[in-house]
Amino acid sequence: MSAIETIPLNWYLLLSTVLFVIGVLGVLFRRNAIIIFMSIELMLNAVNLLLVAFSSYLSDGKGQVFVFFIMAVAAAEVAVGLAILMMVYRNTKSSDINILNKLKW
Amino acid sequence: MFALMVVLSKNPVHSVLYLVLTFFTIAGHYVLLNAQFLAAVHIIVYAGAIMVLFLFVIMLLNLNKETEPHKSIWLKASAALASGLLLIVLVGSLKGAENIVATNKFNPNIGLIENLGKTLFGDFLLPFEVSSILLLVAMVGAVMLGKRSIK
Repeated sequence: MSAIETIPLNWYLLLSTVLFVIGVLGVLFRRNAIIIFMSIELMLNAVNLLLVAFSSYLSDGKGQVFVFFIMAVAAAEVAVGLAILMMVYRNTKSSDINILNKLKW
Repeated sequence: MFALMVVLSKNPVHSVLYLVLTFFTIAGHYVLLNAQFLAAVHIIVYAGAIMVLFLFVIMLLNLNKETEPHKSIWLKASAALASGLLLIVLVGSLKGAENIVATNKFNPNIGLIENLGKTLFGDFLLPFEVSSILLLVAMVGAVMLGKRSIK
């Protein structure tokens, strides 16, 4: 007996929605750039969970392959983002994103 | 849920540790969904690599105290309001979806490494190669950004 036969897909939809909204809340709520990166990771993981849930419920392996690609993109994004953050910190001695307000339009 | 603590905890190190707990619960969900190989890869990549990178940067930047400047209460209230409204909209739109059960004959071998490898190197060979190039570019970019001075 596996979880697929007992839990309907709607609960996974709801769980990943809640995870995604918590990620959005983190991006909007905090000013520390590292925590904003972590919130972005949270959103990516919500999407991953949804992809795996659909791929298991439809018995199709392609969704899980997509999760691999999302993981690769997330790893690349974190590496480059943290390098940029190191540069910003080295120049401004702060990880507050309001330092970067010259990027605003 | 631990994910809320990621957002709400004041100390960034605590935030990272809660994020690790969140990733482990997500890996547990993958095991429940018969995606065992993906669960293993998830733990290795996220809890092993990305979180160590985060912790390393936080400790290198010496951020392990409440250095965050105070954000105005209006901004916080509007952020909470906006995300709450987003939650209401998404849940409301999902409310109308009918109950989906596993329609096809359930195949428990779909998450095993053999079938995943056949899919990955069969249908998705070109995206696989492109993602390898993406990782190479990201690595070179991170090294270039991390250099102390660019001549």
